[in-house]
Amino acid sequence: MTATGTPTGLSQGSRTHGGIGESTLRPDGFLKVTGEFAYSSDMWHEDMLWGHTLRSTVAHAEIRSVDIAEALATPGVYAVLTYDDLPAAVKHYGLEIKDTPALAHGKVRHHGEPVALVAADHPETARRAAAKIRVDYAELPVVTDEASATAPGAVLVHEHRTDHHSGRVPHPNVVHRQPVVRGDASAAARRAEVIVTGDYVFGMQDQAFLGPESGLAVPADDGGVDLYVATQWLHSDRAQIAPVLGLPEEKVRMTLSGVGGAFGGREDLSMQIHASLLALRTGKPVKMVYNRFESFFGHVHRHPARLHYEHGATRDGKLTHVRCRIVLDGGAYASSSPAVVGNAASLGIGPYVVDDIDIEVLALYTNNPPCGAMRGFGAVQACFAYEAQMDKLAAALGTDPVELRRRNAMSQGATMPTGQTVDSPAPVAELLRRVKALPLPPERQWEVAGGAPDVRALPGGLSNTTHGEGVVRGVGYAVGIKNVGFSEGFDDYSTARVRMEVVGGVPVATVHTAMAEVGQGGVTVHAQIARTELGVAQVTIQPADTRVGSAGSTSASRQTYVTGGAVKAACETVRERVLDLGRRKLGSYHPAWAHAGLRLEGGKVVTDAGEALAELADVLADEAVEAEQEWRHRPTEAFDPVTGQGNGHVQYSFAAHRAVVEVDTELGLVKVVELACAQDVGKALNPLSVVGQIQGGSTQGLGMAVMEEILVDPVTAKVRNPSFTDYLIPTILDTPTMPVDVLELADEHAPYGLRGVGEAPTLSSTPAVLAAIRAATGLELNRTPVRPEHLTGTG
Amino acid sequence: MRVTFTVNGRRTEADDVWEGESLLYVLRERLGLPGSKNACEQGECGSCTVRLDGVPVCSCLVAAGQAEGRDVVTVEGLADHARRRALARGRPYPEGAADGPALAPVQQAFVDAGAVQCGFCTPGLLVAADELLERAPDPSDADIREALSGNLCRCTGYEKILDAVRLAAVRQGARDARDDQEGSVR
Ligand code: FES
Ligand code: FES
Repeated sequence: MTATGTPTGLSQGSRTHGGIGESTLRPDGFLKVTGEFAYSSDMWHEDMLWGHTLRSTVAHAEIRSVDIAEALATPGVYAVLTYDDLPAAVKHYGLEIKDTPALAHGKVRHHGEPVALVAADHPETARRAAAKIRVDYAELPVVTDEASATAPGAVLVHEHRTDHHSGRVPHPNVVHRQPVVRGDASAAARRAEVIVTGDYVFGMQDQAFLGPESGLAVPADDGGVDLYVATQWLHSDRAQIAPVLGLPEEKVRMTLSGVGGAFGGREDLSMQIHASLLALRTGKPVKMVYNRFESFFGHVHRHPARLHYEHGATRDGKLTHVRCRIVLDGGAYASSSPAVVGNAASLGIGPYVVDDIDIEVLALYTNNPPCGAMRGFGAVQACFAYEAQMDKLAAALGTDPVELRRRNAMSQGATMPTGQTVDSPAPVAELLRRVKALPLPPERQWEVAGGAPDVRALPGGLSNTTHGEGVVRGVGYAVGIKNVGFSEGFDDYSTARVRMEVVGGVPVATVHTAMAEVGQGGVTVHAQIARTELGVAQVTIQPADTRVGSAGSTSASRQTYVTGGAVKAACETVRERVLDLGRRKLGSYHPAWAHAGLRLEGGKVVTDAGEALAELADVLADEAVEAEQEWRHRPTEAFDPVTGQGNGHVQYSFAAHRAVVEVDTELGLVKVVELACAQDVGKALNPLSVVGQIQGGSTQGLGMAVMEEILVDPVTAKVRNPSFTDYLIPTILDTPTMPVDVLELADEHAPYGLRGVGEAPTLSSTPAVLAAIRAATGLELNRTPVRPEHLTGTG
Repeated sequence: MRVTFTVNGRRTEADDVWEGESLLYVLRERLGLPGSKNACEQGECGSCTVRLDGVPVCSCLVAAGQAEGRDVVTVEGLADHARRRALARGRPYPEGAADGPALAPVQQAFVDAGAVQCGFCTPGLLVAADELLERAPDPSDADIREALSGNLCRCTGYEKILDAVRLAAVRQGARDARDDQEGSVR
């Protein structure tokens, strides 16, 4: 039986290449290596103006007056805007608490707060005009830490708080407070045979993404604005921007431009509202690009923290209890401080089984720079302290530190401090075992047979400060636990639209989501998912914009899980429709069409027995099949405000590190020789990207351990080092070999069993490096980053 | 002022350049060559690395006027530069695709090794790495680290960047080896 359209001559179905589990290459790789990829700072429009922000030079002051006359009169200047020019009744924005003024209103609360805006025909003209704006500040006293913020009569950072946390906090300068109490820590402490306590300080880290805050705002004919910017979450931006512009959301159209890294620092707005205001006022496209100095003021940082811990254990090394108190400095505006508090509290004792717990975490309002999201989000600070405590406890017990951790390690079925059951694999002991089993790098690597030492392999490097004398080696371990996705009852959904059609004779899938590709490789993975589900070779990824529903944020290690889940779900719907189409068109030719279990593979419709029924190109012909799906992970719930109990998290991820360091004890210089990581990723959708994420995350943790810190003057609350000259991030010389051991224990609740990858490696690398430096030097070292003066006893 | 120089093999003029403008600004904003990146504009990150008369420089620190009459190669011209070099040295060069010239070996290696994440550091790293490989076709890891120490990358942790440079060196070496074989047969 042969008729027109009848599939003949089909071979067996063949696997579709480039699906999940393969190390397919980035679709944007070609553009990125040729310089053609358009980042937000590359946006260009004929006739565009340049915007510039004037920022406060003081941390806390009343603004008595702002004189813009001279700036406005500067040739080439098109507009100068202040708070008085904000067009709508809504003048504040914020991720959770809308406490951040679009431009300073009556007061500035931190150094570098935006006060006025200029648009001009040349960036230098805009900068010079901004310098002519005269702001009369009446300085106010600053609060900079817990003591000054909560002292009687302390200055209130926000005098008139009305947010939903304000009724529950112990002081108006506390943004949010979350206790987690389980069992009876006091009673357990009486049973403890060994107790160790410690006070730890965690410095302020910067995301230091390389692509500066930047973008282009283009005024539209309908009175709205088209925005091309680098961000982590288009829809969240729009929801904050539109009310301040006085526009309905549909008149604020956002398209993601190329993002040069994010790491949490683009979750809050930076120049989005400012460029839009200038564009709407001047009627011209306005481009804004922060320089590095401004970038340090243009985004929130990682919360610095003070942490007090008490760990108890029995002689045989079983943890009896943990008590801790973590004070996070949230700076002048709330940003995501409340959620960071929830994370630090619920993950505050690490991946260990402890029945009796007493945790208190709070975030302060101060006049320091605002702090918010950064890779690891509240779990990082806690991990630094609880891992130091585990080492301390091991020393007190005379036990091997890894053995002590393994004895207390949680596993699947464990109960979190919040009462939540860990219902997927939790291979904590196994990760430690693996990372410990890796071969150690050879000793004295600087020794070159028969020659002078290779100083490049020594602490101090090319500075030639030692030839090996005074250099000691240490090895340290750490492990951490991080939640994946947004927690505490947040409706954490994503949306994907998938279309399948025949282009040039071949079936092509198109994936459209609003996911921000910030470098993590989501675009690669989405194409892999579409190939796997739809059996096509060619997948087009549409630019992310607000013409499709929200994808949520590219943060919290959630995008592959949630937007990946949405792409998978949309593909499944498309597949069903394609199969229906096939049944209608071709079902009469082959009985197998009636059966369930048909797959799309290698461009064909294939039975579960592997028989090819039809070419997808023939099934689709000139029809396009499209589906849009919203997808949600399992619901979570808020933590109880008093006990901290609740099923607050969706999924946990785990990583362990071993650091090997060499320290020049005379000069206090550290060289990290190797940083090995073992991590469980559930399922590696793209092994190459997974390893890249783990190495990148580990390096940020290394940076925190030995060099990265934003220094804020404790008296004036001014930032002292807003440049890459003074804020150091690891170079290729500071970064060691990084072996990675990837474990894949599927989480049955997640798409393909995957586990969010990006953040966990940032947790344990810092304490592992610290542990190694302690092992090398015998010093206590309770703050991070470690500086030479801490090692030489001179600081 | 007007600046006249050679950019990626082509004689180029930029008009109305203000004295304070950097070479980076002129390339990006006046000549439509935004491949060189602006991550710090203070000589600390290497994202803006270009070659000026063959020498890698931070173009953010070069006043545009300093480029007068000189030869600039940016990431946009890297493939062409690598092709010319290969031809000049009598080496084969990968065929270009229908839609353009082939990537320079170091560019292809960055893609293949997973050395590109956000990619913002990539243009500067490529220019620096290609210059290293031109000078030292078979660099040691320590050589690579030294040559790239002026280029910050915040995403990758550098391990895959090392892989990429090693891969590019091997591929260029592999071609050399084949050349030699062919040469001996002839
Ligand atoms: S932009 Fe030139 S070195 Fe950073
Ligand atoms: S890939 Fe993002 S900075 Fe290097």
